Amino acid sequence: MSASYWLFFIFAGLAVLGAFNLIWQRHPIHSALSLILVMGSLAVLYLLLGAEFIAAVQVIVYAGAIMVLFVFVIMLLNVGEEERTQWSRVATYLGLPVAVLLVVQTGYLLYRAVPMAIRVDPNRFVGTTRRVGELLFTDFLLPFEVTSILILVALMGAIVLAKREP
Amino acid sequence: MVPISYYLVLSGVLFGLGVVGFLLRRSIITIFMSIELMLNAVNLAFVAFSYLHEKLSGQIFVFFVIVVAAAEAAVGLAIIILVFRNRASLNIERINLMKL
Repeated sequence: MSASYWLFFIFAGLAVLGAFNLIWQRHPIHSALSLILVMGSLAVLYLLLGAEFIAAVQVIVYAGAIMVLFVFVIMLLNVGEEERTQWSRVATYLGLPVAVLLVVQTGYLLYRAVPMAIRVDPNRFVGTTRRVGELLFTDFLLPFEVTSILILVALMGAIVLAKREP
Repeated sequence: MVPISYYLVLSGVLFGLGVVGFLLRRSIITIFMSIELMLNAVNLAFVAFSYLHEKLSGQIFVFFVIVVAAAEAAVGLAIIILVFRNRASLNIERINLMKL
């Protein structure tokens, strides 16, 4: 049992626990904190898969910027606990089993998709910043430039939507 | 060493939990966070397949997904603020103007 084996199970468990807690908690701020837990654990799993650059971006952009935005909006709106509403009977007796079936089926199909013999060695294939950057500025240059326009549009859209009417 | 299929199973389970949260919760913000959870699950599958095929394109795709998620979060949260200002509630049962 190597270290990467234990690291995988610890952080995979944390990610699943965080995801469960996200949909279990009634207060949005608790859900947001569990989502940060999920994203942090996923960053470690990316490192185990040799994706250094993506792991750093995950922590900086996802767990940092996006979740700060979420927490900021939750506190700005002063959201309380979600009110309890009556579910329809169809949702309780048909929806929940179908949801469980979806989780199991997706897991099983992905489990079958790849032979078990292929195992992960963190040092075999490393996505360093240098290699990712080289690919980003050669083969993916056009999509990269288009994302800058996308971000500009999103920036203006957010300002126009959220500004108070005069 | 962990088999690569474990990572894919984890990604599938996280995606399924995101779908369940999306359908179950009533607060817009939690629904939005479930969408982010699903995006994260897909990112994990991308990175796992990138490792499997030894191609960096998968990681570039994850980069673009993160960029789009950031833009989406900014616009989505602006819309949530707007909805809250107009309806004084984040419960989706109350936001039923377009319901028949």
